Amino acid sequence: MSDHHHHKETFITKYIFSQDHKMIAKQYLITGMFMGVIGVFMSMLFRLQLAYPNQSFTIIEAFLGKGGEGGQMTPDMYMGLVTIHGTIMVFFVLTAGLSGTFSNLLIPLQIGARDMASGFLNMISYWLFFLSSLIMFLSIFVHTGMASAGWTIYPPLSALPQAMSGSGLGMTLWLVSMAIFIASSLMGSLNYIVTVLNLRTKGMKMTRLPLTIWAFLVTAIIGVISFPVLLSAALLLIFDRSFGTSFYLSDIFIQGEVLHYKGGSPILFEHLFWFLGHPEVYIILLPALGITSEVISTNARKPIFGYRAMIGSIMAIAFLSTIVWGHHMFVTGMNPFLGSVFTFTTLLIAIPSAVKAFNYITTLWKGNLQLNPAMLFSIGMVSTFITGGLTGLILGDSALDINVHDTMFVVAHFHLVMGISALFGMFAGVYHWFPKMYGKMMNKDMGYLHFWITAISAYGVFFPMHFIGLAGLPRRYYSNSAFPMFEDLLHINKVITVFALIGGLAQLIFLANFFFSIGKGKKAVQNPWRGNTLEWTTPVEHMHGNWPGEIPEVHRWAYDYSKTDENGELWGGQDFTPQTLPIRDGEEEF
Amino acid sequence: MKALFYILILFVIATAFWQVFKILGLTKKDQVATEKENNINGWLMLGLGGFIYGLMVYSMVQGKVVLLPRLSASLEGEDIDNLFVITMGLIIVVQFITQFLIYYFTFKYRGIKGRKALFYADSHKLEMWWTVTPTVVLSVLIVYGLWTWNNVQDLSNAEDPLIIEVYAKQFQWEARYAGADKQLGLGHVNYIKGINTMGVDMTDKNSADDIPVRELHLPKGRKVIFKFRSQDVLHSAYMPHFRAQINCVPGMTTSFGFTPTVTTEEMRLNEDTKAKFDAINELRISEGNNETVEFDYLLLCNKICGSSHYNMQMKVVVEEEEDFNNWLKEQKTLAQVINN
Repeated sequence: MSDHHHHKETFITKYIFSQDHKMIAKQYLITGMFMGVIGVFMSMLFRLQLAYPNQSFTIIEAFLGKGGEGGQMTPDMYMGLVTIHGTIMVFFVLTAGLSGTFSNLLIPLQIGARDMASGFLNMISYWLFFLSSLIMFLSIFVHTGMASAGWTIYPPLSALPQAMSGSGLGMTLWLVSMAIFIASSLMGSLNYIVTVLNLRTKGMKMTRLPLTIWAFLVTAIIGVISFPVLLSAALLLIFDRSFGTSFYLSDIFIQGEVLHYKGGSPILFEHLFWFLGHPEVYIILLPALGITSEVISTNARKPIFGYRAMIGSIMAIAFLSTIVWGHHMFVTGMNPFLGSVFTFTTLLIAIPSAVKAFNYITTLWKGNLQLNPAMLFSIGMVSTFITGGLTGLILGDSALDINVHDTMFVVAHFHLVMGISALFGMFAGVYHWFPKMYGKMMNKDMGYLHFWITAISAYGVFFPMHFIGLAGLPRRYYSNSAFPMFEDLLHINKVITVFALIGGLAQLIFLANFFFSIGKGKKAVQNPWRGNTLEWTTPVEHMHGNWPGEIPEVHRWAYDYSKTDENGELWGGQDFTPQTLPIRDGEEEF
Repeated sequence: MKALFYILILFVIATAFWQVFKILGLTKKDQVATEKENNINGWLMLGLGGFIYGLMVYSMVQGKVVLLPRLSASLEGEDIDNLFVITMGLIIVVQFITQFLIYYFTFKYRGIKGRKALFYADSHKLEMWWTVTPTVVLSVLIVYGLWTWNNVQDLSNAEDPLIIEVYAKQFQWEARYAGADKQLGLGHVNYIKGINTMGVDMTDKNSADDIPVRELHLPKGRKVIFKFRSQDVLHSAYMPHFRAQINCVPGMTTSFGFTPTVTTEEMRLNEDTKAKFDAINELRISEGNNETVEFDYLLLCNKICGSSHYNMQMKVVVEEEEDFNNWLKEQKTLAQVINN
């Protein structure tokens, strides 16, 4: 091992086809950020349409071309934008961008490993992700329009080019891109699982792992369980579209003719899709919660409250997440008894979620909070997680879901609980581990500005949106001008759009801070946040293999912050005790 | 090309941000929060908590007028509304308490040099409390929820229900009443031809007396059972005032039922409805549109179905049983429509 960090590396092996987990993490992050810019920008464009349905904007014409002729977007373009916005944000930003970045960066560094179990597989995983991002990006520009059947791509709409023009080449590319994406995700997840289970350094018992690693591990496990099902759903849809099979299609009359499909059911697709789709919510959320645990504990200078309960909650959430998918389908006409079962399992998730929320709040209590940008985003994450999560009690209850299903209420709910929360977790992670990634510090004042504008905009966008939904407005409506009963929602839509535009533009502050700090940021010290975990024992300058000498041994859990001796004095006079410090005389291990 | 120009502008703005911070000398200093920053941001977090509280209260007060009328237009909807009010009440209480704790703690324990955080890693007692309490509360919600769900979904014990088929297609709704024999004739896409737009099998003996309509009329006080079919893609029949929704799935029939309790006329006189439509009409006048509108029940499509998804609707009229019967008598049967 030791001679392999002296390899002479070429530009290509170091920056492009790198097998080093830290470089791969950065590649994931930057690809995810690129996709994120597109996803957020799309949402700003369709928010313009929703607030000002009859006005023209040169920006819409400039970017949308044929779909925005005269400065007004067409309904098809609107559908395309919401579809690709959803796809990009859910899969490319908050799955690959979040898990890909932080699992890769932190798993070897925090468990004390030289690299991932398979660096080669890791590299392939990234490049498949890159390829799938490229295909998804290019699919936006095809002549017949991008995929536009919603990010859930329910057939028959997504299966029949006669049903909408986006279901032509755009949809084919969507499916190809996602199939590659799933392959990439599976390789990544397998690697994470194997690495965490096998490559922990001496003394790093499972019960001493930081909660980030627990979250990444469990995320990877549910990814491996559920992503293959989406792959099969996508493959069967490809068969229906291209080879004339009838897995999802039956008895269809469209454009004046009866199609040959017989015996299939779109409900089958919904089951397969949501078998991934619901665990996917937690694939997105758990890493963000893991990051939040770490950042809150470090910055509160306090141990995370209820470490074991947190692990238990992560596992309970992961388990339950795989048996609740039917709550997306309460109104599909499935057997009401099945609906009852899914209501039961769904509402149970509130229990571990409540435990986590209360544990975070208790961690803040009587802390000495260092309000760094990462900490602000983490606290904001707990706040949006609760705000968004609580309305899940309505959507998860089949009887109540009937009247709010597929309305803007749902949009408000999931954007807060998984969109904004996960995004905040991701921002927290970037601010916190930027010094580890680039050896530089991000500018904190720009970080603060970024947080304040983003937090206010997030609430400004998604809180009022609940009311639009409760007024009965369905989601994915290009315009609400066709119904007099929705006309009074226009002024709320304007408020939302203003916040959305401000919030979207505020991300420029983050981008500027990120990219300029890489080159011109202040040089980081080894352990800027005075953290306990192993990544802060590695040198600031990256090296292959992470530690110059032996990998340090671990003697304690990751959360010995502000631990005192029998006299009530801080151990060693400092408020943190790195995991590498042996248990002292008279000290009890937690 | 214009697009590139916009991208360039955004790029310049981003660069400007960095330069401004650099000129202010803010990029060189220590980038870890100082005591002063903890203090400022602690206060700001308290402010953010206040902002969220304000936003919640403001939205709840001001947003009330845009909501659906609180009066459910169906018997079954009343159960749903009760459950909704209880659940929403719980959510609001928990939301207000937890958000207060988050922002207050953040403010109160903002970092001060020399303050020692409390090493407090575990308390089985506390954890038991916040595991057991949600469990008990949720058990109640689950039981009540399932009871409501089963009531709403149960169509078996309806006495002499009115049977209506609703047929969905891009981008309109059609419907037919079962007619005198109270049986719907078979329907299948293979039979769609000319004016037989719903694909009814005219050789089926139950078909001839079926009554096709383009506007739904429902009698007050009588259970209506809807059968839904779709011709092409997924649609969702959403009747928010009745708290009713179900998907229309090509290849299968789905069903849903409710008992209308409030006629269109009565709903127009409802306080909530009046307030909402007064506001809408005021808005129209302020925009120079002098054509006022009044309340009507609607059936909307609530599952993405193509470009005109946003305009797929059918008017629903609830009236007294007598008026309903008169209206139905005036409608032509399928046999009359197709054979003429």
